[in-house]
Amino acid sequence: MHSIVEYITSYLQSNQTPGAAGNFAWATIYILLVFVGLSIAVICMNWLERKILAHMQVRLGPMRVGPHGLLQPIADALKLLLKEDIIPAEADATVFWIAPFIVVLAAFTVFVVVPFGPTHAITDMNIGILFMLGVSSLAVLGIVTAGWASNSHYPLIGALRSSAQMVSYEVAMGLAVVSAIMMTSANAEGTGTLSMIGIVQAQLEQHEWFLFKYFPLGIVAFAIFAIAMVAETNRAPFDLPEAESELTAGFHTEYSGFRWSLFFLAEYSAMIAVSSIAVTLWMGGWLRPFPNALSGPTWDLVFSLFPGLTFLFLAALCFYSTARMPKHPLFRIQTMGLAGFGVVLALIGLILFWGPARTRIEDIYWFSAKVAGFMYLYIWYRGTFPRYRFDQLMKVGWKVLLPTGLALLILTAIVGMRTEILSMFQEGLR
Amino acid sequence: MTDPKTLSSFDLDTAEKTYLDANELVINMGPQHPATHGVLRVILRLDGEKVLGLECVIGYLHRGVEKIAENRTYTMFNPYVDRMDYVAAVSNGLGYCEAVEKLLSVEAPPRAQYIRVILTELNRIASHQLWLGTHALDIGAITPLFYTFRDREEILKIFEKYCGARLTTHAFRIGGLQYEAYDGFEEDVRKFCKFVKPKIDEYEELLTTNRIWLERTKGVGVISGKDCIALGVTGPVLRASGVKWDIRKALPYANYKNFDFEIPTGQNGDTYDRYIVRMIEMRQSLRIIEQAVAGIPEGPIMAKVPKVMKPPVGEVYHSIEAPKGELGYFIVSDGSTQPYRVRVRPPSFVNLQALDLMCRDQLVADVIAVIGTLDIVLGEVDR
Repeated sequence: MHSIVEYITSYLQSNQTPGAAGNFAWATIYILLVFVGLSIAVICMNWLERKILAHMQVRLGPMRVGPHGLLQPIADALKLLLKEDIIPAEADATVFWIAPFIVVLAAFTVFVVVPFGPTHAITDMNIGILFMLGVSSLAVLGIVTAGWASNSHYPLIGALRSSAQMVSYEVAMGLAVVSAIMMTSANAEGTGTLSMIGIVQAQLEQHEWFLFKYFPLGIVAFAIFAIAMVAETNRAPFDLPEAESELTAGFHTEYSGFRWSLFFLAEYSAMIAVSSIAVTLWMGGWLRPFPNALSGPTWDLVFSLFPGLTFLFLAALCFYSTARMPKHPLFRIQTMGLAGFGVVLALIGLILFWGPARTRIEDIYWFSAKVAGFMYLYIWYRGTFPRYRFDQLMKVGWKVLLPTGLALLILTAIVGMRTEILSMFQEGLR
Repeated sequence: MTDPKTLSSFDLDTAEKTYLDANELVINMGPQHPATHGVLRVILRLDGEKVLGLECVIGYLHRGVEKIAENRTYTMFNPYVDRMDYVAAVSNGLGYCEAVEKLLSVEAPPRAQYIRVILTELNRIASHQLWLGTHALDIGAITPLFYTFRDREEILKIFEKYCGARLTTHAFRIGGLQYEAYDGFEEDVRKFCKFVKPKIDEYEELLTTNRIWLERTKGVGVISGKDCIALGVTGPVLRASGVKWDIRKALPYANYKNFDFEIPTGQNGDTYDRYIVRMIEMRQSLRIIEQAVAGIPEGPIMAKVPKVMKPPVGEVYHSIEAPKGELGYFIVSDGSTQPYRVRVRPPSFVNLQALDLMCRDQLVADVIAVIGTLDIVLGEVDR
């Protein structure tokens, strides 16, 4: 008994991730936390996407289920779970059955190495970024099998488009990632790292987000990645595999109910996953903004108040909406619910001001806030852009992003090695 | 295998044979498909994503409008024409009323004609707005749809105030108008013109210089002016191909000759030019409306027409410039109260013929764009 307690508490003092520390009890807890957190994030994303898109399009979005449609995602999830699960007679049932699980598995597994904080990750691998890229590209397998197993024309075209698109954009994506990894080696020892945590720590040590490093090389690499990641996740304006107006729903046309919702879940968690890569590689991961300009303990304290303030702001929004709810008795339960939700948010906010909670949550907060920024961008793109055509998409991928990525890689290498190259030349001249 | 280019249209008999050819894929698009604007069914023969040929299958919305006309009096048939192109019902009504008026040799009084022009041009804007929203949606831009529907609502409100109906208005009667313009009609129309001008700029802001929009529309679905004339294609599609043909100018009806407006034309005959032509047309329509509201005369709104209409034996063809192209009515009278035959020349139906020509060697995504840019309404295609 004593040894178990010791085993568990031993981790609490460690400054490693549970996976790296070999503490499986804590690793399991972290896995559960990430899984639950991710599911909640997807549910929130569902509501937020519908609301934000609606407001961009001069409409209200969901308003009926719960106050301001807050319970809509739950209602949707229930509906999907209760729906009949149809497997077309002509479909290859086994493959049809497996395909969504491959996609979901790939989308969730990548979160093993996502660093929410210096110790807040399930594990830290020395090949973290490779693992992420590798596993997330497995999703294309699920999509292709889904399209093939449906035994129908639209899903087949959707799947083919999707595989071509994901494979070609992975090349450009990889080049951008390599250029960021090269930047991690710009230290005195010249040792780079592929570990997700290591990459963020490299940015901490170099006092610079890789977004601004070797200006403008960092920004260009980031831009390539930001474009490629939208294509990689099949979102607008690169949503050809599921182009509604052309292929009805693309590779998941024949799917319904729970299996369809798995694709939905996978799409959103893949969006969060690639955004996490972008945040980790270029935007300093869990590091707070303005570490150089606004440094010092006072600013540290100010920035550590942000999580609590955010929740208090959300609570204030809830209370404001509560005050604006119609006074009709019909809305009494909704009004009370919204106020209750506000109280919960306010309580969370107040807890987050408490010292120990504040320091533990701050990393996770900044990481999530940056990822949330990317999520907003995804929605914004969807509200703004028309859809690319397939050949144009390929043109952008192979003729624009790939050469830019290659040139960028060479330039980053030259700039990173400039002192060595200069000294080589001087030696040569001598 | 036959060279696809020499095939006049997709041959169903060879479908069996070509299906086994692994390079080709026969896809059935519609009648239930989000982007075929109703119940159009297109059978596509694809090589990968390239379109080798296509055939339109129509008739899913056939209601026998022309046959119905033979069993109704001239007055009774009037509301039926609204159901053909239901997004431009006012234009349909104008064409029919003017055709019968021509048969009866009466002319609507000037006040009626001015109000007719105002309502028809408002309807043209509404139709173009609906086209823009759905066309942009087909190409993947979902937001313009909601903007255009928001602004189209204002036009429908004016219709509703004028005659009680929003969509199938039945706004005109043979010989003039049933209703006098309501109090504040001119003010409403003026307000609308002021309201919608910046809104059209707003649509353009979202699309006209959008890189993806340009790539998706430039050089897509190109059709030459010669081909347009050969196929009988009219309306904005013809004008975008560089042919300056607008029946409002060429064969003035109503009192369009009193108004000062321009006919926009394109050069390339591609989807982008058609988009630009329609955008300018909306602005020109506003110009006409403003002139009409300013010059609206006083006077009667109904010409002297008999209660029981018995047009003399004979036939008449009258065409107007509907939002989608030349809308013609060919009416044969045998001297009785009912027309002997009514034949409608619907612009959508004739324009749809060009789909095959415009889509050859393009990609699947372009088929959607071209169907959208042809601006077809299946109610009018099938009648």
